Amino acid sequence: MRNAFIRSLTELARRDPRIFLLVGDLGYSVVEPFRDEFPERFVNVGVAEQNMTGLAAGLALSGKIVFTYSIANFPTLRCLEQVRNDVCYHRANVKIVAVGGGLAYGALGITHHGTEDVAILRALPGMTVVAPADPMEAALATRAIAAWPGPCYLRLGKAGEPSIHAAPPDFRIGRPIELRQGEDAVILASGPMTRNALLAAEKLSGAGISVGLYSVHTVKPLDEEFIRQLARQVPFLFVVEEHSVIGGLGSAIAEVVAEISGTRPLLKRLALPDSFHPVGSQEFLCSTYLSAEALFTRIHATLSRVAAKELRALA
Amino acid sequence: MRQDGCQELAVRIRSHALQMTHRARSSHVGSCLSIADLLAVLYQRILRVNPNQPEWEERDRFLLSKGHAAAALYAVLAERGFFPSEWLETYCQDGARLAGHITHHGVPGVEVSTGSLGHGLAMGCGMALAAKCDSKAFRVFVLLSDGECDEGSTWEAALFAPHHRLDNLAAIVDYNRIQSFGSVKDVLDLDPLAEKWKAFGWGVREINGHDLEEIEASLRSAPFKPGQPSCVIAHTVKGRGVSFMEHKLAWHYQSPNAKQLQQALAELGEQQ
Repeated sequence: MRNAFIRSLTELARRDPRIFLLVGDLGYSVVEPFRDEFPERFVNVGVAEQNMTGLAAGLALSGKIVFTYSIANFPTLRCLEQVRNDVCYHRANVKIVAVGGGLAYGALGITHHGTEDVAILRALPGMTVVAPADPMEAALATRAIAAWPGPCYLRLGKAGEPSIHAAPPDFRIGRPIELRQGEDAVILASGPMTRNALLAAEKLSGAGISVGLYSVHTVKPLDEEFIRQLARQVPFLFVVEEHSVIGGLGSAIAEVVAEISGTRPLLKRLALPDSFHPVGSQEFLCSTYLSAEALFTRIHATLSRVAAKELRALA
Repeated sequence: MRQDGCQELAVRIRSHALQMTHRARSSHVGSCLSIADLLAVLYQRILRVNPNQPEWEERDRFLLSKGHAAAALYAVLAERGFFPSEWLETYCQDGARLAGHITHHGVPGVEVSTGSLGHGLAMGCGMALAAKCDSKAFRVFVLLSDGECDEGSTWEAALFAPHHRLDNLAAIVDYNRIQSFGSVKDVLDLDPLAEKWKAFGWGVREINGHDLEEIEASLRSAPFKPGQPSCVIAHTVKGRGVSFMEHKLAWHYQSPNAKQLQQALAELGEQQ
């Protein structure tokens, strides 16, 4: 995903001289194509994220479109107040890019786990939050946020994520992309775990359960009307994300669903628990919660429980 | 001394700040009085700004990083005609534009909003870098408090500016030696402050921050060395201009009551 991002950004920079890239001394073997082609619009600011973010605001207030880039929590939580005051309050055209959202840095430890970022960033006024599902979405999201006025947060996976889309989808900020149709339940997913959701949906289909799937790449602004319409159509909504169960896409959707009057679908958040995580690879750490198998099991169990209850009620 | 009204402007900034903090019963009058002379010189003699065109692209940028001294900046902007003086009467009032920490939103002439310390210098670096990239001639001035030299982010920016040869950037430190909850010496000693900035690669001058000619001379001669950002350490007095406020921590918080306001304004009258 990070390579798709940098390719997309480099292409954009060829057309738009306002585009700058600031990195916090990270990006080895990733950002070099941009650096080498646009040395005058690339700054490695050093290990100084607060300065990077303030600097980005200052550049943006002078007419630039500024991307900041670092790992997981470094361009977000480390300098959160600069993001809030310098970027958001000034509506500065700054695009914050974090690589390794979720548990992508696995065994490197909890400092490198970005598991609360969406909750925190989406709470900031004026911040747009985008978490693409695969490299193609990452490339399109890069283009979209560059053209989208004001502060944006782009949450990327790391590298080597499999493609979900065979061809470029119609990617628009705020509009979910349909990946599968289904009538029994719908999964709303963000980020690279969308791939596991897709595999789980296919397996559920094999078990006779028809499950739809959307890539809800934009967590904020959330397409609330889409959620309300969907809630009228299906009895079950599952939200899948590589993020704490607190405050992310699942919470954002729950906020909308909870305010629907009348019949509501049952909503389940399939996310990471509210905890720090042990040592292990992304695959290992996600195996309990977000692997295709885990998602299949959790969704299947929920549907079975409800079905059993309904049968009991009929009897 | 030049008779260009700079001295009078400094007195009017002080007078406004006293009345504004009295009316709003708000804090930080001591911090306002401490920078009144710096602001008067900047806005009367140094900054290339146009009140009729506050967004003019070639303007010099002034960033008040010590955003708590907002009243003084609003005062000088009103005096220079960026907005009507009547606005000053709405300072900190419900529904008004002028917040107790400097706020750009809807206020012509204010470049950036600050209030949390340690934010201004990085934003100033961004603007100075943009000017360099675009070969623009404008300069960027950032006014910091001594207390905010405690912030690590100030020093992140202080490392950045010399490395990138931002000689179009000047930091001014209002060194009144009283920070929020005690004297700088007792809380977190900054001395030798000039040596610290020098060691980071800045051209440094120490001045009397209440001597208009010294302030002007230092700011006019920036950059002190080509290729180097400039730091002016302005030795100032917190509460300067009002006898009973000078050097007093209490006036970081207290606002003058009616009687104190009257006495303070009378003292200022004698300085006219």
